[in-house]
Amino acid sequence: MSDYDPVEVTPLHADEVSRMEADAIEAIKAAADLDALKQARLAHAGDRSPIALANREIGALPPAARAEAGKRVGGARKAINEALAARQAELEAERDARVLVEETVDVSLPWDRRPRGARHPMTTLQERIADAFVAMGYEVAEGPELEGEWFNFDALNIAKDHPARSDHDTFFVGSTDSGMVLRTQTSPVQVRALLQRELPVYVISPGKTFRTDELDATHTPVFHQTEGLAVDEGLTMAHLKGTLDRFAEVMFGEGITTRFRPNYFPFTEPSAEMDLKCFVCRGASAIPGNPPCRTCKSEGWIEWGGCGMVNPRVLIACGVDPARYSGFAFGMGIERTLMFRHNAEDMRDMVEGDVRFTLPFGMEI
Amino acid sequence: MKVPLSWLREYVDLPAVTAHEVADRLTAAGLKLEAITSHGHDVKNVVVGEVLTIEELTGFKKPIRHCTVEVGEATPREIVCGATNFSVGDRVPVVLPGGVLPGGFEVGARKTYGRMSEGMICSERELGLGDDHNGIMVLAAGTPIGTDVVELLGLRDDVIELEITPDIGYALSIRGVAREAATAFGVAFRDPADVELPVESGTSWPASIADPTACDRFVLREVHGFDPAAASPLWMRVRLMRAGVRPVSLAVDVTNYLMLELGQPLHAFDRAKLQGEIVVRRAAAGERLETLDHVVRDLDPDDILITDQSGPISMAGTMGGLETEISDDSTDIVIEAAHFSATGISRESRRHGLVSEASKRFERGVDRELPLVASWRAVRMLAELGGASVQPGVTHAEVEVSPARIAIPSGYPGRVAGMAYSRDTVIARLEQVGCVVTDGDDPAVRRGGVDPTGVVTGGALAAKLAVTGDDMITVTPPSWRPDLTDPNDLAEEVIRLEGYESLPSVLPSAPAGAGLTEAQRLRRRVGRALAEGGHVEVLSYPFISPDDFDRLLLPADDARRVAARLANPLSEDEPLMRTTLLPGLLKTLVRNVGRGFTDVALFETGSVYRPRAGAPGVAPVLGVERRPTAEELASIESALPDQPLRVAVVLAGEFERSGWWGAGRAATWADAVQAARLVAAEARVELSISADQHEPWHPGRCAALYAGDTLVGHAGELHPRVIEAYGLPPRTVAMELELSRLEAAMPGPVQAPSVSAYPVATQDVALIVPDFTPVADVEAALRDGAGALLESIRLFDVYAGEQVGEGNKSLAYSMRFRAADRTLTVEETTAARDAAVAMAADRVGAQLRG
Repeated sequence: MSDYDPVEVTPLHADEVSRMEADAIEAIKAAADLDALKQARLAHAGDRSPIALANREIGALPPAARAEAGKRVGGARKAINEALAARQAELEAERDARVLVEETVDVSLPWDRRPRGARHPMTTLQERIADAFVAMGYEVAEGPELEGEWFNFDALNIAKDHPARSDHDTFFVGSTDSGMVLRTQTSPVQVRALLQRELPVYVISPGKTFRTDELDATHTPVFHQTEGLAVDEGLTMAHLKGTLDRFAEVMFGEGITTRFRPNYFPFTEPSAEMDLKCFVCRGASAIPGNPPCRTCKSEGWIEWGGCGMVNPRVLIACGVDPARYSGFAFGMGIERTLMFRHNAEDMRDMVEGDVRFTLPFGMEI
Repeated sequence: MKVPLSWLREYVDLPAVTAHEVADRLTAAGLKLEAITSHGHDVKNVVVGEVLTIEELTGFKKPIRHCTVEVGEATPREIVCGATNFSVGDRVPVVLPGGVLPGGFEVGARKTYGRMSEGMICSERELGLGDDHNGIMVLAAGTPIGTDVVELLGLRDDVIELEITPDIGYALSIRGVAREAATAFGVAFRDPADVELPVESGTSWPASIADPTACDRFVLREVHGFDPAAASPLWMRVRLMRAGVRPVSLAVDVTNYLMLELGQPLHAFDRAKLQGEIVVRRAAAGERLETLDHVVRDLDPDDILITDQSGPISMAGTMGGLETEISDDSTDIVIEAAHFSATGISRESRRHGLVSEASKRFERGVDRELPLVASWRAVRMLAELGGASVQPGVTHAEVEVSPARIAIPSGYPGRVAGMAYSRDTVIARLEQVGCVVTDGDDPAVRRGGVDPTGVVTGGALAAKLAVTGDDMITVTPPSWRPDLTDPNDLAEEVIRLEGYESLPSVLPSAPAGAGLTEAQRLRRRVGRALAEGGHVEVLSYPFISPDDFDRLLLPADDARRVAARLANPLSEDEPLMRTTLLPGLLKTLVRNVGRGFTDVALFETGSVYRPRAGAPGVAPVLGVERRPTAEELASIESALPDQPLRVAVVLAGEFERSGWWGAGRAATWADAVQAARLVAAEARVELSISADQHEPWHPGRCAALYAGDTLVGHAGELHPRVIEAYGLPPRTVAMELELSRLEAAMPGPVQAPSVSAYPVATQDVALIVPDFTPVADVEAALRDGAGALLESIRLFDVYAGEQVGEGNKSLAYSMRFRAADRTLTVEETTAARDAAVAMAADRVGAQLRG
């Protein structure tokens, strides 16, 4: 301390350093924007700033004096830099707030430059049904829509003169004795599956079907069904019931089961009509005193489709030994399923292709 | 089948339950409730009165009477009446003031025609008893005055309408329904067919069966001295009407009544009009018969006829002939009751478009044991109600038939159901149905028989259907259940009567499946991609018109003109099955535009039907006793048209919408081609696009779509004349692609690319080519010339104008080069670019633009 020359090193004088620091901080505080702050940084913290120049002088000091001077200048620079950083953050925040406000847009503006389309609910409903069964181990089987009469009727035990055959209002191809029809049901796929596949067979087969009904609110000549078939050793009606109960749950929610009523189909024996517990009122509307239900018309149950144990005659026509194998089959209308699952009221809407009907159904159902 | 509950109760001791409860039990047994109609529940204050005085009022447009009527009150009632068919002293039904007639029609006291009228004298129609409104209803003399008419005439009843499945013909009768109801409620059943028949020694009118395949029992009985003027009693007419049959005359009503009650159709002949022996036979070629409906019918050699010496007199089991019909003066009547072939009647009914109450029953199977009983009850009723005398003797022609017998293990119904039924339960239920059950397995059972629909149950098929196991029982079904032929039929009877609701619910464990096939997954992806891309799926009918081919401008020899034709189309205008998806889509597009949606993008995925060249015109109908051979199956397949799956798109209006952001973009040919690329990309197939001229597309704006060398479809703008023919918006564009072909072209799994981390080098080139040069060719040349270092190439500008010369266009490409193992030098990328340009120059005469 004793031998340093205060004149030669004026910049390192304590008062001088304090003044530089004070000047710098004042300039920094005075900087009104980021540009001004940049100027202040250049002037008070840049390479040519007084404090930088002072810092350079330290090296010229005698070793004994360097430590104190270094500490003094270092402290000042630290204070200046901290002030700079603080002011920088302050001004940036101010700028951001201002600019981002200026950049505000109306996010409620529409942007439907290229609207999305949709898949037809008949298609997606068929897929959903298929998925439910694929999850149970089934495969999706297919067959032609323009079908041999033998597949559509005879092999299914619907003999030529059986009254059940005239119940099917059939489109004939070519002539009425060409042996070719538009399939009246998806059941011929059962026959094809049994002829083509190795046993056991577990298949689901949604598809298009045809009957000579004029289009109205509840009929369409071109409609959709899904067929299910399982042929294995030891299958029983209890398995049929279990399968349909599971299916009903997957499609309509937990606790929705099915009810069987005796019915007649030539290709199943025993046969049953399958009712679905109303998934809206869950059967409650059928109890007197409860509020009515539009979906099931307060019956508590909705007719869903037909089912039964595959008639051994069908197995025989397909070369399957009924002494070893038994099976069950079921079928239901997809339009009908859409009608009550989605409150679709008029079948014409499903066939006319009006985009307003289809768009809300999106990609999956 | 309409079943008046009062009629049903006559044969079953039903407990005091409502019609709904009865219907519910019957539904659970398989006789499904269609509707319940209530009659007379709202009727009140209708009593029997005696007409005391009649004063004819004059000065009105029609005769009006002012009467006093004694109704058992303190004083007689004054009633004004417009009918004139009654006299002083007649007993008549009177609704008193405050009373209600069927339909909720309330009657009060009021002044009319200048007199007081305290109530109304009623006609049959007003009481809901029939259509007769010609006059008021005059009751039997001596009917006690003041009696409640509701009770007296049985006005109150419920009619349960049941849907009867085609297998259970026996339920088309009160008898059959009553048996089911008795079983359902566990109460006694009185069989209306259980009547004692007199022992007859002689025969009635002569008859024989000439064709035993047509008829196996034919019974005739006669009455003489029938009073043709005798009216059917009210109770009979009311029951007939409530069961849906219009009363006609006593003789006809009796046959109808017994058909409804027993299920046995009956026919009444006027004996005076018969000529000689009656023979049941098939028609001879050229024979004709005028039936009751006054239609002269040309008979088919397969038709089953009732004939006498004059020729055909009735179409068996379907409709009688006009000539021998009973008429207003028939006094001697021959009643026919027979058992005809179910298939025979079914064919006959269908062939002539004649569905009658009789044919409905015969084709579903009638109890073979009824003819003797039903004919006896008929002649008895004609005697009792019509004053006739029953003539002794019965004609009974019959063919020997062995009843079906079925052997099953007693546990078989449980095996089918998946739950155990005790042996006693199985036997008890089968006996309730009417079966005779014996222990053991009778090998003779397998001889089989013929079921009512003509299905042979014997021989090899019976052997295949046979089930075996412990504790065999042999079951002989009752005559009224000809539908019970197979072991599973018996299983159903037991399970049904034990209740389907008691079946357990067990999920079977199917073997693991393979999930969806590649083709099935592709279809889903295609649908989804098109929908995400802005298209809405439609499912149009596959029926088209021959005119569609003209509207689509298809040349005369176009393969798409070869279409399958429906024999019975819904519309004569659209008898063909589509060979292209476009007509349906275009019509749907027009419909949407017509409903105010001018910017429409639609797609459809579906089959087209393409008859094969040289295919046989008939697909054989094979037998069902065994699996068909491969050749037999192929004979069906070869007749069926090819039915490939296609996808098609139509677009009109803006594909990118106008909005606050500015103008949109109308759909163009390019969007149609892009839709095809979108579809192909889902199959991981890159389409080769080339110009084509293919109807219905614009000849200068039509792209052929190739997957490798396979043509898979076309896309582009439609021909202006097609647009005009369908009334489409201008510049409508379309794409159609055969998915089945695309499926076949699908490559195997994607091979993962190796991704280089070395820097990319970009080179831009502009080439001048003649403007007819397809861009696809230029790009292919550049790719081939650039070699392996080319990572990607992108056309970023197409320019035509002065600077490139008349008849030319300039194509500007950005080419990106990259190596897997090093940073490329400028020399390397320049060399690659130059090689690309050289190849383009070589192949398509491209010049580098200076």
